[in-house]
Amino acid sequence: MNAALADLWPYLVLILAGYLPNEVWRVLGLALARGLNEDSQIVVWSRAVATALLAGVVAKLILFANGALTTVPLSVRAGAAVVGFLAFVLLKRSVFAGVIVGEAALLIGGYLFAR
Amino acid sequence: MSSIPSPEPEPSTISIFFAGVRSAMASVFFLVLAGTYIGMGALAHDFGFPPWWLALSSILVWAAPAQVILISALGTGASLFEAALAVTLSGIRLFPMVVALLPLLRGPSTRLRDLLLPAHFTSVSMWVESLRLLPGMPQNRRITFCNGLSVGYMGTAVVFGFVGYYLAAGLPVLLAATLLFLTPMSFLISTANNARMMVDRLALGFGLVLGPLLTYLAVGLDLMWTGLIGGTLAYLAHRFREATQ
Repeated sequence: MNAALADLWPYLVLILAGYLPNEVWRVLGLALARGLNEDSQIVVWSRAVATALLAGVVAKLILFANGALTTVPLSVRAGAAVVGFLAFVLLKRSVFAGVIVGEAALLIGGYLFAR
Repeated sequence: MSSIPSPEPEPSTISIFFAGVRSAMASVFFLVLAGTYIGMGALAHDFGFPPWWLALSSILVWAAPAQVILISALGTGASLFEAALAVTLSGIRLFPMVVALLPLLRGPSTRLRDLLLPAHFTSVSMWVESLRLLPGMPQNRRITFCNGLSVGYMGTAVVFGFVGYYLAAGLPVLLAATLLFLTPMSFLISTANNARMMVDRLALGFGLVLGPLLTYLAVGLDLMWTGLIGGTLAYLAHRFREATQ
């Protein structure tokens, strides 16, 4: 692979693995825009698949951390996520409160138990 | 046409567009996007993607979950094929969103090419605000307003992506770790918040368990299987529950 191609490779990957596989659904929606509502079974199923996939990525980002996050022990990362989630549930389902409490828990735990 | 003269002159295209941009800046999604893309910038930095790559992905992919999936999949060594599969599974939900949005935008004189940009701009933030704001607006202003709204959101995402990237690059390691934690933390909470139906809550729970489990077991295409197995199990449980009620 020559140098120019090596530089362009991440952008080609962005088009092939990011842009096209995502955009195809918007184009399909534009082409077939009729007779599908929020409650149709295929919509419920596809939303469940997307939710499970994203949840899987979230759990992997927390449990198999990368880079700077590896300096915070696994128990602190998992604990902070649980604490943030509990804050969200207990504080009137406030997304803001959940994220802030989770972040604060990670910061404090990371400070106390940093490797 | 009404015989009563309109009390206000028709606003210019530019002013309708900027009304859309302003409405993006004033909505709750401005803060949500700023936080999300600060986290995404840190994530891109962590996995070694250039900041311009992230900016371009925000413009072209324009779906935060797909971008997180793409960055973490490619960053942890997934093949191009596996990353594309995971992204496309996360993107299916855009299809019904576009379908629901178009009737609001389409008028008697609307051409297909006028709808290309709004279709590309369709994402959760723009979709929720469009469905809320467009019905109260004359049909001929809606596409322009919707484009302004979307450009406001997209600009926010691009700018805060850079902010997160350079913060992660310059901060002490514990603060950089906290910034990096913003992505999983905010996606966990916002997904839980969006999961109002039992099927979505089950899918969230199954995904949280299956994602790490399949990775630990070194199953190939683990992201795809997490989505398909977790989502389908949740869907079947939902159907079973409906059938027995």
